[in-house]
Amino acid sequence: MRITMTVNGRERSSEVEPRTLLVHHIREGLGLTGTNVGCDTSSCGACTVLMDGESVKSCTVLAVQADGADVTTIEGLARDGEMHPMQQAFQRNHGLQCGFCTPGMVMAAVSLLEEVPHPTDREVRLGLEGNLCRCTGYQNIVAAVLDAAGSTQEAGA
Amino acid sequence: MIPAPFDYARAGSAEEALSLLTEHGEDAKLLAGGHSLLPLMKLRLAQPSVLIDVGRLRDLSYIRDAGDHIAVGALTRHHDLETSDLLETEAPILKHAAGEVGDPQVRHRGTIGGSLAHADPASDLPAVVLALKGTLVARSPSGEREIRADEFFTGFLESALAPDELLTEIRIPKVAGLGWSFQKFNRRAQDWAIVGVAAVVDGERTGVGLVNMGSTPIRAAAVEAAVAGGASAEEAAQRAVDDAEPQADLNASVEYRTHLAKVLVRRALEEARA
Ligand SMILES: Cc1cc2nc3c(=O)[nH]c(=O)nc-3n(C[C@H](O)[C@H](O)[C@H](O)COP(=O)(O)OP(=O)(O)OC[C@H]3O[C@@H](n4cnc5c(N)ncnc54)[C@H](O)[C@@H]3O)c2cc1C
Ligand code: FES
Ligand code: FES
Repeated sequence: MRITMTVNGRERSSEVEPRTLLVHHIREGLGLTGTNVGCDTSSCGACTVLMDGESVKSCTVLAVQADGADVTTIEGLARDGEMHPMQQAFQRNHGLQCGFCTPGMVMAAVSLLEEVPHPTDREVRLGLEGNLCRCTGYQNIVAAVLDAAGSTQEAGA
Repeated sequence: MIPAPFDYARAGSAEEALSLLTEHGEDAKLLAGGHSLLPLMKLRLAQPSVLIDVGRLRDLSYIRDAGDHIAVGALTRHHDLETSDLLETEAPILKHAAGEVGDPQVRHRGTIGGSLAHADPASDLPAVVLALKGTLVARSPSGEREIRADEFFTGFLESALAPDELLTEIRIPKVAGLGWSFQKFNRRAQDWAIVGVAAVVDGERTGVGLVNMGSTPIRAAAVEAAVAGGASAEEAAQRAVDDAEPQADLNASVEYRTHLAKVLVRRALEEARA
């Protein structure tokens, strides 16, 4: 089946089997390997991307369901060579160790701040409940998101 | 894990979904948010040969004041329920419980209609709709019918829906101002409930639903009757498993589930009355 989606601002048209998962389409079909597959069972959030601005687990969405959608992956966050404020906050706060969960964490965090621009510590923890990290113990991830919320506030002020 | 091959058809309207269902018969499955069906298909526990995607039927996604009840479109996502101002005043338990389903990513995709039609005893919203004494509206090529929530769940992952029926709306009586509680007991934030209890306390019309206490979502009629008869929370909670048939699984033995149900029903009734 022929599907067309806007991925990181570029229109991409492809022929896919209906059973193709969005994550496989993104990684193998479009060659964007920043999005990881962790569990493949909808549990870990490593595969999180934005679909029409909202976080989704791309291992649990069919590519055909995203036909016509606006999809943003981790590769689509930077602007003019400058990392997204959330990516910068992860870097500043050492919000990663091995980095495997990071693309999904960052996308989930971007979606969270769209919905709750100035979250509390608890709201960040609940907002990231669908994303597992085996390394950091979450402390610095939460710090990074709170930091990004602050800097977004400044940028918008 | 990739599902077995299937044909995919996207419905542009409820009518088209119905005619596709009629055309493809029992081999077809409706696809709403896909967050129950796709995991099953990836594990090959479900292998429909045709998927009929109703996920884009925006006209079945709404939360409306319909006079004596709130009308919720079957394709309304958990995220829309958890952020609804109308539900905040008229049926706060539904808004709250929707926010407890899975995680934000799941709530961005999963729908209330999918949750109910899937009829999973471990799901949160069926118990809530039971406690609210809701009504489900099903449409087929031969017309529309209403099904009471307590007659909807017929077996493990089985509902009263016929193969050619589409769930279109859920009708929720207004419960503004009534005491309510949703108790979800799990080990980690994103998990399913090991046991859950939904309660809306209103004297003789009290409603209590149980999560994961049998092969279907359970209406705790004995607890409801006890409350209606003036029993204390403690006394009513002793009736928690009268209508249930708890099963053992990796998370809990039958004894532990029974214990949890009694404790959670008591807590729910206490919180609802506070
Ligand atoms: C990681 C994860 C965690 C989760 N945690 C929870 C949790 O804590 N609590 C909880 O309650 N749920 C949980 N869920 C399930 C989630 O709520 C699902 O979204 C929901 O159960 C199904 O809704 P859906 O729209 O995705 O349905 P789908 O998966 O699209 O469909 C489910 C079934 O319903 C049928 N169906 C769908 N819509 C209709 C309709 N309108 N008419 C007739 N039949 C229809 C389909 O044919 C299918 O058989 C979780 C899911 C995941 C992936
Ligand atoms: S790979 Fe999708 S949730 Fe883990
Ligand atoms: S940094 Fe290693 S899994 Fe999160």
